[in-house]
Amino acid sequence: MGKMLMKGNEVLGEAAIHAGCKYFFGYPITPQNELVAYMARRLPEVGGAFVQAESEVAAINMVYGAASAGVRVMTSSSSPGISLMQEGISYMAGSELPAVICNMVRGGPGLGSIQPAQSDYFQAVKGGGHGDYRLPVLAPATLQEMVNLMGEAFDIADQYRTPVMILGDGMLGQMMEPVEFIDRPKRDLPPKDWATTGTRGDGAPRTITSLFLDPAELEKHNERLDAKFKKIAENEVRYETFLTDDAEVICVAYGTMARIVRNVVNKGRANGLKIGLIRPISLWPFPTKPFEDTLQHAKAYLSVEMSTGQMVEDVRLAVNGKKPVYFHGRAGGMVPTQEAIMKTIEEILGGVLV
Amino acid sequence: MSLEMQQVFKKTEGLTDKITHYCPGCTHGIIHRMVAEVLEEMDVLEETIGVASVGCSVLSYEYFNCDMTQAPHGRAPAVATGIKRVLPDRMVFTYQGDGDLASIGMGEIIHAAARGENITVIFINNAIYGMTGGQMAPTTLVGQKTTTTPDGRMANKQGSPIRMSEMLATLDSVAYIERVSTHDIKHLRSTKKAIQRAFETQKRELGFSMVEVLSTCPTNWGYDPVESLEWVKENMVPVYPLGVFKQMQGVE
Repeated sequence: MGKMLMKGNEVLGEAAIHAGCKYFFGYPITPQNELVAYMARRLPEVGGAFVQAESEVAAINMVYGAASAGVRVMTSSSSPGISLMQEGISYMAGSELPAVICNMVRGGPGLGSIQPAQSDYFQAVKGGGHGDYRLPVLAPATLQEMVNLMGEAFDIADQYRTPVMILGDGMLGQMMEPVEFIDRPKRDLPPKDWATTGTRGDGAPRTITSLFLDPAELEKHNERLDAKFKKIAENEVRYETFLTDDAEVICVAYGTMARIVRNVVNKGRANGLKIGLIRPISLWPFPTKPFEDTLQHAKAYLSVEMSTGQMVEDVRLAVNGKKPVYFHGRAGGMVPTQEAIMKTIEEILGGVLV
Repeated sequence: MSLEMQQVFKKTEGLTDKITHYCPGCTHGIIHRMVAEVLEEMDVLEETIGVASVGCSVLSYEYFNCDMTQAPHGRAPAVATGIKRVLPDRMVFTYQGDGDLASIGMGEIIHAAARGENITVIFINNAIYGMTGGQMAPTTLVGQKTTTTPDGRMANKQGSPIRMSEMLATLDSVAYIERVSTHDIKHLRSTKKAIQRAFETQKRELGFSMVEVLSTCPTNWGYDPVESLEWVKENMVPVYPLGVFKQMQGVE
């Protein structure tokens, strides 16, 4: 195939197809509409199916149905639409159904704006739907990483029988970059012998449900799910560090924000400032190791976000009071500038911020 | 003297041995049986995926002897859409009550019907919320007392009953819709025929099919089982007339 110049939202679609996804159910919402349109055009070409649902509520439940039939299936939306999908996401977590959900985040709350934001962090990693569950969340920072993470997302979904979220934002969805669709090593995945496909002489009927009327049974189910989430937390942590080995101020940023902070780090280094970047790629499970690795020499951490401060709470948990943690952010679809971030770093280094 | 035993009646293979939780006099059991019999007679049990809803029939996945998926409240038609689009050669049905289908799931049922999804919907209308303890449903009759219409449903306050079959029959892509009743043997016979026709419609890939079944709720209506059947006949049938509302060419 070679390298192709593509738009972020379309990259998500082609990456999903490359990962073996032939089914997509979605509902239009800006700024991720190119993905819905791309799937409407492409899926019939690969022998799959696309349905424009009547709402996000219906879309996620179509995903629920397709996932229960044992295929790789995806949906996508943006913030207000993802809120509507939370019911279905909780049911899928409870029924242990694998699927990939892309959230190209825009400003909120409510109708908010159509500009890029990172204000759905809490919703993505702390629940969102009802009940005791965790949602694996992967946050690409480049379009090529979207391709690579899409295969991982489907593999994690299938290996652990769980919905997985790709968390991007309006900027990643709208930008264009060269990408290459390369075959990656596939995991040895368990058979989907639980899928409700009609028994076809294949033994007793199967049931997919999240209902456990007996509280002792539900507790057992919750504990089993919890053990699974602990396994995911052990095995599926992803992050990248950039110039953190001797850094005194370590910025923490993901997705679009990490691209900007990387430039800040480069500029700071050119001026002799010892700064670095921890980029969580899996937002849940949140990476703690890069913090443990840098606690000795770091003077402070700075969480930089397109929100009023959400991931900073996980950074504080990871640092566990051992070093100061600061926050720099813009909200509502505004993006922190390199100059403003640099000023905050200089204030931390100069002892202005306490 | 030898007595030769001959079996003249037996349980359908379409149902499991599980004892149902339904209240005495409720017609869910008999409708389950007819759906199961039809699937068995058509020899499609192993090709069938049922979608259970929320409400009294929430546990129907324990009773039907085929693969079953439990849908969130009202979303069964969307879940069934996902299954059918992936497995177009399987028999896919939803089994939904009136609270599930006509209230919280109104959007899903209208749009599945409008898309002409090749699925079969078994719609149980007993004019009340059963599982949650007798609240008003969209199908509750004017004047009918429920826990949330203690003085009886008033059209100018709580609105008037929604006739789903008539409404959905206006959609071009719908293949077959019939309303039937469970209040006596004659009507039970036509109920089974309608269920048969609905699944045949799906088998012939003609599109969306639905059977609305007028059903009882002795517990929440406060009548005994026999009075409940009378109540269906006397009060529900006049508001919800029986008959075929849509039958596309090719439906037999």
